[in-house]
Amino acid sequence: MSGQQTILKVEGLTKQFGGVAAVHDVSFEVKEGEIFAVIGPNGAGKTTLFNMITGVLPVTTGKVYFKDRELTGLKPYQIAALGVTRTFQNLEVFSNMTVIENVMTGAHLRMNTGILRAGFRFPSVVREEVNIMEKAMECLKLVGIEHLAYERAVTLPYGNQRLLEIARAYVSEPELIFLDEPLAGLNSEETRKWINVILKMRENGMTFVFVEHDIEAVMSISDRIVVLDNGIKIGEGTPEEIYENPKVVAAYLGEEEEDAVSC
Amino acid sequence: MDRTDLKKIYNNSLAGPLIFAGVLFLLPFVVQSNYILSIMIMIGFYALLCNGLTLLMGYAGQISLGHAAFYGIGAYMSAYLSAKMGLSPWLGMLAGMILAAIIAYIVGIPIFKLKGHYLALATLGFGVIVYTAFKELKDFTGGLNGFFGIPTISLFGFEFNNDFRFYYLIWLFVILGILFSRNIIHSRIGRALRSIEGSEVASDAVGVNIMKYKLQVFMLSAMFASLSGSLYAHYITFINPNLFDVMTSIYLLIMVVIGGASSIWGSVIGAAVFVLLGEILKSVVPLVFPNAGGEFEIVFFGLLLVVTLIYMPNGLSPQLEKLIARFRRNKELVPAPVAAGRDGVESGGDQS
Ligand SMILES: Nc1ncnc2c1ncn2[C@@H]1O[C@H](COP(=O)(O)OP(=O)(O)OP(=O)(O)O)[C@@H](O)[C@H]1O
Ligand SMILES: [Mg+2]
Repeated sequence: MSGQQTILKVEGLTKQFGGVAAVHDVSFEVKEGEIFAVIGPNGAGKTTLFNMITGVLPVTTGKVYFKDRELTGLKPYQIAALGVTRTFQNLEVFSNMTVIENVMTGAHLRMNTGILRAGFRFPSVVREEVNIMEKAMECLKLVGIEHLAYERAVTLPYGNQRLLEIARAYVSEPELIFLDEPLAGLNSEETRKWINVILKMRENGMTFVFVEHDIEAVMSISDRIVVLDNGIKIGEGTPEEIYENPKVVAAYLGEEEEDAVSC
Repeated sequence: MDRTDLKKIYNNSLAGPLIFAGVLFLLPFVVQSNYILSIMIMIGFYALLCNGLTLLMGYAGQISLGHAAFYGIGAYMSAYLSAKMGLSPWLGMLAGMILAAIIAYIVGIPIFKLKGHYLALATLGFGVIVYTAFKELKDFTGGLNGFFGIPTISLFGFEFNNDFRFYYLIWLFVILGILFSRNIIHSRIGRALRSIEGSEVASDAVGVNIMKYKLQVFMLSAMFASLSGSLYAHYITFINPNLFDVMTSIYLLIMVVIGGASSIWGSVIGAAVFVLLGEILKSVVPLVFPNAGGEFEIVFFGLLLVVTLIYMPNGLSPQLEKLIARFRRNKELVPAPVAAGRDGVESGGDQS
């Protein structure tokens, strides 16, 4: 929580799918250096919210600002160029590449080789490749999977693919990273490892917004939390405040009761 | 140290291309047959063309069923500028490539809003339109009567006017093309292209301007096709629109698939298999079915495409790479390095 500068401002975001509002009039602000969580039951609209902020889905109404720059209407690659990137709930590693190539692809914006210079392989291209490879290796070390660098990405177990996605996002030195359910499918050992990685990256000045169902992890790592239910924001605050928010407790208890019935 | 680092991911060694070039260089001295040479030249045209197409289809995962159009654009551009305007064939070649790139750019903008089957259909439509233009623009192309009297190509007074000479010319282009493509694959651009095939959403999220790279690789592959077409025109000295019809585009697709769209060497393998099988068919089929016509080829290659897609979706080149890897292992008694991410990549991903 270095500065208290606002890095992300979400204003009245709404997404209609047909007649249904998957996200309805959601607003919040994220401060620089925060670890910010978005929680809520299944189908609450968390992924839809992320997709709107990162440009994957057009917004129905509302606005998103990164610092003072409006993101609404930009394509994901343009948003990435401003320093905002993400990982995916359903893993999206490049299955046709090795692990290290995945990370090197993540550094696309940090490189400037064009198609002709690449084709003639100017010396500058080789230099750039070597630099990026070293950098990618550092990122793999940071998340602790450098020993898998030359494996094909798809052969990695689930947990390591999640770490790979984080390394791929991190290598481009973004200021803001969105993580959609980064802990899904991880065991407790891997979860602990992941928390350490995120804390280390935050020390390097990065801001995180993440969606997660693992409430224990959310409470232990987040500075602030937003709670969604049926597309509506029902709570916002520090972990302590969220624990004591009756609406949130009701939404989660309701879910558990439903779960209990369906089991 | 630095060099060895990159080698862990990309096999940049010149050994393969050099051995390949050496074998090609010696071939005409070993087999002194004009028939074999003419076949090798045909393989060369297709290999050069498929080289660009492999970047487009195998690496970026974008299908084109209209590449014969660019092949034709190169051929007619070169033919017209040299035969009718008296310009150097080299200029015609260059002009063809520029025109092909411009057309690819203009066509690419709307076409790459589409994916999968729709993209396939749109490129097919493009091929049909250009083929029709070749037929109808009689002032430029001579229409279905064909375009006669295209001059041969020469360099500093040295004329490439027989098979022996032309063989070296075309294969020089093929090898340079392979090196160029390989350099692209082993770079930021290659990874950007492959990321599009791997996962478009992730590619977008890491900042790859997908439309830009689709257009670039489409333009580049169009230029390869055009170059091949120009060389073809100056070799054969007579062309007609049927050489560049939709069937040719489909044959090109078959070559790329058979060779393996995921390896740049696949373009050579696919072209060779296609031309050689075609020759065998031509000599065998009449013995069995005396009345059979050209349709036989279509049926045969159609079947081959289906069988390849079912049993060898990555084509022949991965099989060949495995063989070479085994050979190396036996020789050096060291474990082969990880094969992934070398010249070849899996192209298992769906095209949609
Ligand atoms: N493309 C779409 N078209 C129509 N409806 C959609 C679409 N994407 C999401 N929805 C709907 O919007 C609602 C919110 O979905 P979303 O994926 O954002 O939820 P979520 O909070 O991420 O859930 P989970 O925790 O299960 O990942 C759901 O009811 C979902 O069915
Ligand atoms: Mg979700």
